[in-house]
Amino acid sequence: MSMTTTQPPAPDAGSPENDLRSGALPHRFPLVLLVACGMVVAGVLAAFSSFGIVLWALLTAVSYVVIVVTASARIEGGRKAKDRLVTSLVYSAFLLAMAPLVSLLYTVVGYGLARFDGYFLTVSMNGVLPSMDAGGVYHAIVGTLAITGMATLISVPIGVLTAVYLVEYAQGRLKKVITFFVDVMTGIPSIVAGLFVVALWMMLFGPGNTNGAAGAISLAVLMIPVVVRSSEEMLRLVPRDLREASYALGVPKWRTITKVVLPTSAAGLTTGIMLAIARVIGETAPLVLTAGSSAVSINWNLFDGQMMSLPVFIYSQFRMGGAVNYERAWAAALTLVLTVMLLFVLARVIGRLFAPKTR
Amino acid sequence: MAKRIDVSGLHVYYGDFLAVEDVSMTIEPRSVTAFIGSSGCGKSTFLRTLNRMHEVTPGARAEGKVLLDDLDIYGREVDPVMVRSEIGMVFQKANPFPTMSIYDNVIAGARLNNKRMSKSEADGLVEESLRGANLWEEVKDRLHKPGSGLSGGQQQRLCIARATAVKPSVLLMDEPCSALDPISTLAIEDLIHKLKEDYTIVIVTHNMQQAARVSDRTAFFNLSAPGKPGKLIEMGETNQIFTRPEKKETENYITGRFG
Amino acid sequence: MTTTDAPKAAPPPTGKRRIGDVVFAGLARGSGILILLILAGVAAFLLVQAWPSLLANTSNFLTDQSWNANVRENPSFGVAALAFGTVMAAAIALLLATPVAIGIALFIVYYAPRRLATTLGYLVDLLAAIPSVVYGLWGMMVLAPQLVPIYEGMTTYLGWIPLFAGPASTSARTLLTAGVVLAVMILPIITAMSRDVFHQVPQGHREAALAMGATRWEMIRLAVLPFGKSGIVGGAMLGMGRALGETMAVAMILSPSLAISFNLLQSGNQTIAAHIALQYPEATGYGVSALIAAGLVLFAITLAVNMGARYVVARGNKESA
Repeated sequence: MSMTTTQPPAPDAGSPENDLRSGALPHRFPLVLLVACGMVVAGVLAAFSSFGIVLWALLTAVSYVVIVVTASARIEGGRKAKDRLVTSLVYSAFLLAMAPLVSLLYTVVGYGLARFDGYFLTVSMNGVLPSMDAGGVYHAIVGTLAITGMATLISVPIGVLTAVYLVEYAQGRLKKVITFFVDVMTGIPSIVAGLFVVALWMMLFGPGNTNGAAGAISLAVLMIPVVVRSSEEMLRLVPRDLREASYALGVPKWRTITKVVLPTSAAGLTTGIMLAIARVIGETAPLVLTAGSSAVSINWNLFDGQMMSLPVFIYSQFRMGGAVNYERAWAAALTLVLTVMLLFVLARVIGRLFAPKTR
Repeated sequence: MAKRIDVSGLHVYYGDFLAVEDVSMTIEPRSVTAFIGSSGCGKSTFLRTLNRMHEVTPGARAEGKVLLDDLDIYGREVDPVMVRSEIGMVFQKANPFPTMSIYDNVIAGARLNNKRMSKSEADGLVEESLRGANLWEEVKDRLHKPGSGLSGGQQQRLCIARATAVKPSVLLMDEPCSALDPISTLAIEDLIHKLKEDYTIVIVTHNMQQAARVSDRTAFFNLSAPGKPGKLIEMGETNQIFTRPEKKETENYITGRFG
Repeated sequence: MTTTDAPKAAPPPTGKRRIGDVVFAGLARGSGILILLILAGVAAFLLVQAWPSLLANTSNFLTDQSWNANVRENPSFGVAALAFGTVMAAAIALLLATPVAIGIALFIVYYAPRRLATTLGYLVDLLAAIPSVVYGLWGMMVLAPQLVPIYEGMTTYLGWIPLFAGPASTSARTLLTAGVVLAVMILPIITAMSRDVFHQVPQGHREAALAMGATRWEMIRLAVLPFGKSGIVGGAMLGMGRALGETMAVAMILSPSLAISFNLLQSGNQTIAAHIALQYPEATGYGVSALIAAGLVLFAITLAVNMGARYVVARGNKESA
């Protein structure tokens, strides 16, 4: 087409148009360049004695992108240069997202370890003045366990049964309505869930009544839609033939569901529930409103008096603003993050290990 | 424009698995070469190595030599992107871009290399390519409607127009008619007859009658047992392959004794 | 709604309704209906409790910027400044997070080595697992000090843009900092949705692009982005819904004051959610009722955004089906 001659092009001559070879940067060029950029930037920064990890990463990335794109545009042409630019940007996007994660975990562990010990985990703040070098999170751990436990007890039956309804029974309009409103519920801001319970409690018990149960209900409002969504997904994974095999044996539908469908998806359901717990265990705002933010002593009674929890503990210590308070906040943050990570990892492990081999 | 392809000693691997073993053949310019054989014999896999499309599949790699006229497309400095604009491909399932109009579909590939194409150039190229694909008369009044609104056969011809708009020298077709009804199939076969005046055409097909109808030369692929690599058994003039095959395996397949 | 080919439950083989079946089906159905009741309850109780303060309010609730609600009579309060701050913070978060999230999703689906892709995906998901109160702690004590010199630089060189006018806050407890933290928090949401649609791009479309000689980026531009558009937009809107309702991180970072200010580098804005969390412990008189009214506004905004997001995604699904 663009060739003017029908002669086969000589192997080594030929214009770039009918020769498929184009100038190409060596295969290892990007990697070598990146390392070189990193070292040069580090050297320059050190020379000006202003080495900072953020600045270094930023300058390295910028100089790398500029050089690689310019070189590519020169040697490989505009299209290749653009491709390399996008590749660099895509890699940077990922690294950029990792930066806050690494920084966050690094600081939580770094600052948190100062106070994170057996003493901190096993004593409450009862009788401890905010600025005293004492006290711990035991009461908050108790509160978190009690409140999250009750929230789980409320939302798991409702959530799983609703999922069963949506997958096994529902048809037509009601199914659409419920599916839609579960979606709506997923989007309720956590503070609104807290306000809801505040409003409810005001009507039931009058103003100023804060206790653990109120907190648990507000968390349940946030947790139910998450449980419904994940359980629905898991129930849909149960192959249809399994259900039909059971019906063919003359097993009634409800026994088929309880004896075949639910056990088959048990691992998946558990994973979903644990992820839902991990999601609400760190909720702060609704608990500040419903369970109070000033409890200092151990309280196992969900129905009487304020109840501290780990996230609220972090928040209230932060608000007090002294050096010791910050230390407590970081140590509690470490406790909370470890708990969440543990739930997260455990959920994945359970999902992996106990997944039924359906395929 | 049409170019010759010379393959020598080509092996294709998926990871450690040898999928196609030691293929050597010559594909003549301005002719239609058909690849036939039972499913899983590696003919599609082999076809994809001719424009390095196999590299899209993770783990797939080819060893050996593929010469396009005198240039090794696996040469160290050869760019797979440029290989593919020189050796176009049409797929089993018609795949026009669903978000683009017919016009934009045809011009999509050409735009990559020539951003500043003038309106009249672009219009000319679209008409030329659609006429070349025997589709112009059917779509000229709806060029700016989405390509997904066309029938299956029309979509496949649109994909052929899209491939030729890049001005390749070779067209690879991977079972282009297997999803089409007989009438659409006939339209594509007519088109292949016409296209071979300008292009080197390679077509993979399951349909032996189709191979007999459209191709000048035929290559028969087979594997000795399931799990074993596919091999080129025999290649020759289509006429000769279908009437006087040299290998027993080919004869068995042609006469329908297996496969 | 998402269309799924659910294994349609075949009717039980017996014609007679068993007691177990009736009870179990009733329980399941009851749970579904209970969810509807809870949601109706949320709306109803909020309305009922917000009503007294709205009746007594002496200024226009939707346009007033001040907040004098902690009195026994003649309260005067409005959500204008709060709603403004809420939307601004979420908009900043969205603007910052969406391009990065698309990049991450492309990275995981098309660029990262196959064997690592899933693990790298988990790492991004971890961002979603960090509690917001920890984000607040980090944003306030780690991020904000880092941003102070950057903000000073911005006022020096970009100060002519009204958004970045100086003098920059010396503590960086500003709307932009809150927006940055919110952006990190919503990254995993937008990434997850974008990843899902990118995975669904038919192989045929990607191969069609590559086969006509497209580079990887051109393949993405031709085949992936147009196909994934609705998923990206839907994900971004879901992320925005999350950012609108986010409380703790904002409450801990922003130095509160009630004003409508377009200046991102000075303190002087507040969001509805953070305002409620900060004000609630000290609320007296009409205070709680007024805060509940503000919560209703937040509820309405997030509801609209979330429903918009579902609509966009559902329409996209239909188109590509």
